[in-house]
Amino acid sequence: MNIHEYQAKQLFRDFSVPTPNGDVASTPLQARNVAEDISGLGWVVKAQIHAGARGKAGGVKVARTLAEVQAFSEQLLGSRLVTHQTDSAGLPVNSVLIEEVSAIKNEFYLSLLVDRETERLIFIASAAGGMDIEEVAEHSPEKIVRALVHPAAGLQPYHCRLIAAALGLGKQQQSQLQTIMTGVYQLFLAKDASQIEINPLIETDQGQLVALDAKINFDDNAVAAHADIAALRDTTQEDAKEVEAQQFDLNYVTLSGNIGCMVNGAGLAMATMDMVKLKGGAPANFLDVGGGTNREKVKEAFKLILADGVVKAVLVNIFGGIVKCDVIAAGILAAVEEMHLHIPVVVRLEGTNAEQGRAMLNDSGLGLIAADDLNSAAERAVALAEAV
Amino acid sequence: MSILIDKQTRVICQGFTGKQGTFHSEQALAYGTRLVGGVTPGRGGATHLDLPVFDTVQQAVAATAANATMIYVPPFFAADAILEAVDAGIELIVCITEGIPVLEMMRVKAAMQGCKSLLVGPNCPGVITPGQCKIGIMPGHIHTPGKIGIVSRSGTLTYEAVLQTTNQGLGQSTCVGIGGDPIRGMNFIDVISRFQNDEQTQGIVMVGEIGGGDEEKAAEFIKAYVTKPVVGYIAGQTAPPGKRMGHAGAIVTGGVGTAAGKIAAMKAAGVQMVSSPSDIGVAMKASFSN
Repeated sequence: MNIHEYQAKQLFRDFSVPTPNGDVASTPLQARNVAEDISGLGWVVKAQIHAGARGKAGGVKVARTLAEVQAFSEQLLGSRLVTHQTDSAGLPVNSVLIEEVSAIKNEFYLSLLVDRETERLIFIASAAGGMDIEEVAEHSPEKIVRALVHPAAGLQPYHCRLIAAALGLGKQQQSQLQTIMTGVYQLFLAKDASQIEINPLIETDQGQLVALDAKINFDDNAVAAHADIAALRDTTQEDAKEVEAQQFDLNYVTLSGNIGCMVNGAGLAMATMDMVKLKGGAPANFLDVGGGTNREKVKEAFKLILADGVVKAVLVNIFGGIVKCDVIAAGILAAVEEMHLHIPVVVRLEGTNAEQGRAMLNDSGLGLIAADDLNSAAERAVALAEAV
Repeated sequence: MSILIDKQTRVICQGFTGKQGTFHSEQALAYGTRLVGGVTPGRGGATHLDLPVFDTVQQAVAATAANATMIYVPPFFAADAILEAVDAGIELIVCITEGIPVLEMMRVKAAMQGCKSLLVGPNCPGVITPGQCKIGIMPGHIHTPGKIGIVSRSGTLTYEAVLQTTNQGLGQSTCVGIGGDPIRGMNFIDVISRFQNDEQTQGIVMVGEIGGGDEEKAAEFIKAYVTKPVVGYIAGQTAPPGKRMGHAGAIVTGGVGTAAGKIAAMKAAGVQMVSSPSDIGVAMKASFSN
C-alpha cells in the first residue's frame, strides 16, 4: 500500500526524522493560510499523488508570494498530473503540500527495504541525491553504499558510521544521520513498511539533515494489523477496478490490452497473459479468482473484466483440482447466462472432470467456446478479439 | 525413494480443528497420509477425525513421534506456529498459510538459522510423494508415482506439470511447492539438490516466476551440479514492472527479477525452457528419448 508524501512526513516526524515545516491543504485558500503560518523566503507547492517524478511533470512549484501559493494551488488542485511513473491519464491531485523553501547545500539518497537475497533489511544510500537510484545503480554503482541489518541484532551505530563515511558527512551530520536512520528503522518495523525512501535527503546551508521528500510503502499482508496505516489509504489514487476487485477477494491488475483473462491461481494467471502475448494479442488484465472459485466470484470477475467496454474477447483458464471442473463450468454458465454476454468467451478447463465440464459448456447453447489446451485457447481468443 | 516425505512420515496438523485444517486433514487421510494427530491450542484432549488433539506441538510430538507438520493457521498466527514446530524438533514444517507479513518471515528465518528443521512455504500448495504421503492442498488424484521431481513457486502451475507428467506416463517422485512469498523456507536449490541425489527422480521440472533472483541462482547450481534433464518454465513475461501479480513475491522491482533474465539464465544452464506451460509434459518426455 502507498501513502502520500504529507502522510509519510507526518510519520517521519513521529519517529524523529526531520522534515521541512509545512502542512497539507485541499483548497487554494487553505494553502495560502498554511503558507502564512510558515515563515521563510518562499514556499514549495507540491502536488500529492501516489507517483514520483512530479517535479519534471510540473507538480512541484516554488512560490515567492502568498498570491503565487494560492495561484499554483488553484492550478494543481482538481487537475490530473501525468508523470513518467503514471499512465497517460495521470492521477488526481486532491491535495497539495505547502512547505518552506529549503536552502540546499548537499543532496543525498537514503532508503530502507527488504533484501530478498539475504532476507534482511538493507539501507541503501548514495551521495547522488535527487536522482533516480536505479539510474545511479546502472551508471555509477560505486556511488551506492549498502548496509545490511540483522533482524536479531537490529540497527547498530556502525551501520550509520559506514553510511556517513560513504556520504562524506561531517561529525555533526553523522550524529544527525544516526537519528534519521534509527527513526526510519523503527518506523519500518513498527508499521510493517516494505520500503521507505528519502530522495533527496538534504543538508541545508545551516548544516541540518532534512528529509525533503518522503515515500513509504507498506506490506499489504500487514496493513490489517495497523488501523492507523489502513486509515491513510487513498483509493482515489488507485485503479478503480483493482479497488473493486479487492472487495470480492479477487486479485486483479489492470493492463492495456483487449483480451480479458480469468484464471485460478496467480502463476497460471501470469502464464495465461504470457500466452495471449505469445499468440500476438494483448491481455487486458491479470486476474486470479483463487483456488476454490464459485459462481459468485466468476460473476464478479466477468463484471470487472467487461466494465469499461475495452475487452473484445474473454479467455477463461481454469485448472480444476479439488474444486471440480463440472462445478466450475456450472458457475461459468450461470454467470454468463445472467449477464447476457455479447462478446466471445473462450474457456479452457483442465483437471478433475474436465471432459464433463467441456461438454456442459459446448451443450449450453450460450456460444461459449471450449478449448482443449492453453495454446489453442489463447490462439482462439486472440483471433476472435481481432475479428470484432 | 523420494525426497522429504514417504509412507513412514508421521504428520500432524497445526490448526487441526479449523475449517481449512479439517478439510485438508480429511483429504490427506483419504490419500493415505499417516496423519497421527493435530494441534489446536485450548482443545487438547479432544478427538477430531478420530485422532488426538493436543494443546502444544511438544505434547503432540511426545505422544505421536510426529516428524512432519502441516500448518493451516491464520496469517498473524503462522510465525508462532512455525517456531513452535521448530522448537519441538519437527523435521519438516509445511506452512500453507498465505498472507504472512514479510517482516514476520524475516524473523522466523533468522530464528531458524542453525536448526535442523526444514521449512516449506509459506503461501504454498505443500509437498506430495505420490501414493505415499500428501501434505498440502494439492488434488491428490492427479498424481502418479513415477520419476519426475517437480519444484514450483506456483500452485496451479504445479498441478499443470503434475497432470501432464501423469498423462505422459512419467509420474512424479515428489512435488514440492516452495511458495509465492518473497521470503520463504526451502528454495529451488534446496529441492533440486535433493532431486539430483534421489535415485527415483530421473528428470526435474522447475517452474518459476518473476521477482527475486532465486531462479538465477538455481540456474548456476544446475549448471554446476545437476546431471538429470531439467525442463523449465517462467511465468510473468508480460507483467508490468512494480506491480504485484497476485503472489507477494511476484514483482519486478528496479529491473531485478524479470522473466527475460531468468529464462536466459536457465537456458544458459542447459535447462530446456518451454514457452507454454502446456508443453512441460511433452518436453520432459522428449528429454528421455534424446
